[in-house]
Amino acid sequence: MQRIPTISHEQYEREQYRQRSGAADVWVLLDEVKDPEIPVLSIWDLGILRDIQIQGEQVIVTITPTYSGCPAMDVIREDIEAILHANGVKNCAVKTQLSPAWTTEWMTSQGRSQLRDYGIAAPDDIADYDKGSLTPESQVRCPHCGSRLTKRVSEFGSTACKSLFQCDSCLEPFDFFKNI
Amino acid sequence: MSEKDTKKETLDEDICHYATRLGDDAIVLGHRISEWVSRGPFLEEDIALGNVSLDYIGRARMYYTYAAELSGDGKTEDDFAYLRGERDFQNHLINELPRGDFAYTIARQLLVDAFNTYYLAVLTTSNDKTLAAIAEKGVKETKYHLRRSRDWTLRLGDGTQESHKRIQAAIDDIWGFTHELFEHDELERRLIDLGIGVDASLFKDQWLSDVTAVLEQANLVVPTQEWAVRGGRDGYHTENLGHILTEMQFIHRTYPGCQW
Repeated sequence: MQRIPTISHEQYEREQYRQRSGAADVWVLLDEVKDPEIPVLSIWDLGILRDIQIQGEQVIVTITPTYSGCPAMDVIREDIEAILHANGVKNCAVKTQLSPAWTTEWMTSQGRSQLRDYGIAAPDDIADYDKGSLTPESQVRCPHCGSRLTKRVSEFGSTACKSLFQCDSCLEPFDFFKNI
Repeated sequence: MSEKDTKKETLDEDICHYATRLGDDAIVLGHRISEWVSRGPFLEEDIALGNVSLDYIGRARMYYTYAAELSGDGKTEDDFAYLRGERDFQNHLINELPRGDFAYTIARQLLVDAFNTYYLAVLTTSNDKTLAAIAEKGVKETKYHLRRSRDWTLRLGDGTQESHKRIQAAIDDIWGFTHELFEHDELERRLIDLGIGVDASLFKDQWLSDVTAVLEQANLVVPTQEWAVRGGRDGYHTENLGHILTEMQFIHRTYPGCQW
């Protein structure tokens, strides 16, 4: 079945928020900050960049962790500060916000296709996409050859946000970015 | 100081204490699971154990960060994790039991994951916004944890004679440590009355029926022995906690103030 390309309500709200924000150039600047574990994906596309506020001289950036123990968060915080400093922002603060909890729904369409190009199946590559559903045992579309003849090898993959699959068509293993 | 200020201060102390306990539960179990890293039965399972452990340690950090904030005396989460002694830790004892064999680790995870499923769900509705936010993250992760521990319980219980024997022995061994999960002291009662703490006694029956369903499906027997071990929330521990702290804290204690 052909799916009509739409974006979720959550994604729409994020896009709108970014456009309405008064700090357009800072958002663009932070598009350069990537997830250190998936270096093709920016923190905006991943959905962890939540807000940018400019208060007087200070730039306040709000991020939200993907998983409680995600070791990338500290690196991301440092990268944000480094890029802001390099671009003349002397006074910045990076705040962590826990609620609402991060969800894969916040990932942008561009982020999803970048994931696939990088060899990782995106959250909506499961046969019956139902947001918030747990990882299926099979039929996640293989990012290498597009086959659905795949099976889950492990619930947890190389990082907390992924699980491990194997493709029975091209015989390659691949990571699946799981729904949460 | 006005009466209102004193009241708020006492409440902050209570919440700080409670958050520390929840952090203790999470860090002790997280550390236990982390002991499997590089020793898992096969590569994928090794990675899964590492991931679950990281979820717990991350959760501990969030609870401790909040406790440090409330204590308001310049402490950080590291002081809570690395510079408190054995009697200061108030984790439930089930979390500090040794990792045992793989069946033992899985049996404990099943019981604790099923418990956390309910506990964290209730904590998301806490009147304390920070605790609710931490729970909101944890509740999603726990869904994955429970599914995995359930799948493994079925495989081991319904597997070979040896795997069946081992996981049944583990369930029998651990069972007596589950009772204190559902009991509360005065501190927790005060917070439950304010809609901040979680009253676990309210979901004990549901927990039992969930766990029973999995065990029966795995051809395992739900223990009926009447023994129970208590004391974690009072800081009375089994000898195992001392061993964990020795390993977990020695760098911080040997090199005070060290930073990565």
